Amino acid sequence: MSLARRLLISVPYTWLLALFLVPFLIVLKISLSDYANSIPPYTPTLEVGEGWSGIKEFWSALDFENFVFLTEDALYIKAYWSSLKIAALATFFTLLIGFPFAYGIANAPQEWRPSLLMLIILPFWTSFLIRIYALIGIISNDGFLNQFLMWIGAISDPLVIMNTNLAVYIGIVYTYLPFMVLPIYATLEKLDSSLLEAAQDLGCTRISAFWSVTVHLSKPGVIAGCFLVFIPALGEFVIPSLLGGSRTLMIGKVLWEEFFSNRDWPLASAVAVILLLVLIIPIVLLQRNEQMQREQNK
Amino acid sequence: MKKPSWFNVVSLTVGFAFLYIPMIVLVIFSFNESKLVSVWGGFSTKWYGELMQNRAFLDAAWVTLKVGFISSTIATVLGTMAAFVLVRAGRFRGRTLFSGMIYAPLVMPEVITGLSLLLLFIAVGMDRGVSTIVLAHATFSMCYVSVVVSSRMATFDESLEEAALDLGCSPWDAFRSVTLPIIAPAVASGWLLAFTLSLDDLVIASFTAGPSATTLPIKIYSSVRLGVSPEINALSTIIIGLVTIGVLVASITSKRAIQKQKRGELLAEH
Repeated sequence: MSLARRLLISVPYTWLLALFLVPFLIVLKISLSDYANSIPPYTPTLEVGEGWSGIKEFWSALDFENFVFLTEDALYIKAYWSSLKIAALATFFTLLIGFPFAYGIANAPQEWRPSLLMLIILPFWTSFLIRIYALIGIISNDGFLNQFLMWIGAISDPLVIMNTNLAVYIGIVYTYLPFMVLPIYATLEKLDSSLLEAAQDLGCTRISAFWSVTVHLSKPGVIAGCFLVFIPALGEFVIPSLLGGSRTLMIGKVLWEEFFSNRDWPLASAVAVILLLVLIIPIVLLQRNEQMQREQNK
Repeated sequence: MKKPSWFNVVSLTVGFAFLYIPMIVLVIFSFNESKLVSVWGGFSTKWYGELMQNRAFLDAAWVTLKVGFISSTIATVLGTMAAFVLVRAGRFRGRTLFSGMIYAPLVMPEVITGLSLLLLFIAVGMDRGVSTIVLAHATFSMCYVSVVVSSRMATFDESLEEAALDLGCSPWDAFRSVTLPIIAPAVASGWLLAFTLSLDDLVIASFTAGPSATTLPIKIYSSVRLGVSPEINALSTIIIGLVTIGVLVASITSKRAIQKQKRGELLAEH
């Protein structure tokens, strides 16, 4: 192996090992430690410095205490469930708005499409935080939506959307919409419209032709879009923290509070480890979907 | 050309209204005279003036830009190297782990990345501040850069590079005069992506910043928690404006570059 090649591989490799893999191992180690009222707030149970005896001691004292605590306290199980539920439902709503949106762009006149796509991508480059903030201006109790509805006389009292789970759904749909639209658009754009005509010639109604051709062939894009929304939504912190109420339970928020407010590092680390385990399934499914698409394109 | 159906027109209108109305309202209310964010009290630019006097925001903006520039530059170098490893290096020991470490940060929840990096910095006894945010940002953005660059490299004709080597170029010269110009647009968009990711990041910066450094998102987050304020509206308007101009300029220049390339190809054919 030439020196240049070795250098090319080892520099990014070492960087990722040191700043991605090792930090994880530390999280894993601390999740197995005990909480202590000190600085840092845990007693290490694994002393690598002490060699083999340290590892043996660690092994005998290993009790997964934090993980047991997570399963015993209903709060955490509820938080995982409610994160899964919120992420899944929000993904469904995003699909409901995103599919017609992508379909509309794919069927727009050819010369409009680049500009329409640009209008989808533009918010993605704008700060995430600012978009959440802009949404607060719309849905808060004295926000634009309530002002408008009261002005036209549709309601007499402001709708309470802010600080509820509904606000979290709206927030996820609003911020992750481009992630849903772009992959669906990519599959719809490649779709051959003569297939639709063929289906209709063969006696399909317009709706059944749409269902069996358009929807069926755009499935890879729909699956990719759903996972691209679901995965980040599951561990979301900013949206539940700014838009949700005190009763909105999401695991990203729980982890943050365990760490910053309760200073319980071992428990926060255990929450992180379980969140990762929950995420492995959708991540593997997403990768398999992408691989299948790549093979089909060959 | 078939006429767009009413269904398409409606879904596009609803979609774009949903995406853009909140931002348009925000921009309009940044020019509101009144401190009340929902009542229009006349046109004024006074909140921009107050923003410019606000030391805390200016300091945070400076830290954010500094972190963005340094971290995205490191990320671009490392990410481009990683892209070469992924596309060109062939088999080597630990390749699977390497590509896993490139793709995993893309789907990792920010709270976990932030927590793990903070625990690392504490474990090695590093003082938290600008440098730790830079390290954290460079790490996750290099993965985005390497994905962008490697997808460009996958369509790259390697024989061009071989020709340069056959004609007596050193590997470095061949890289500089053949490979780099071809992948340059991808490297540039990778840098831009890394830069915006860094400017935008709240969660990882909050974990790794420590008390000594505050970035703009951290500052915005803590004031948004207290409610909507016209100063934040003004600040957001400035950021939205800059991003819009940046994206428009980038897309126009890349369109020009593609047209130029096409013209060149046409000339070469004749």
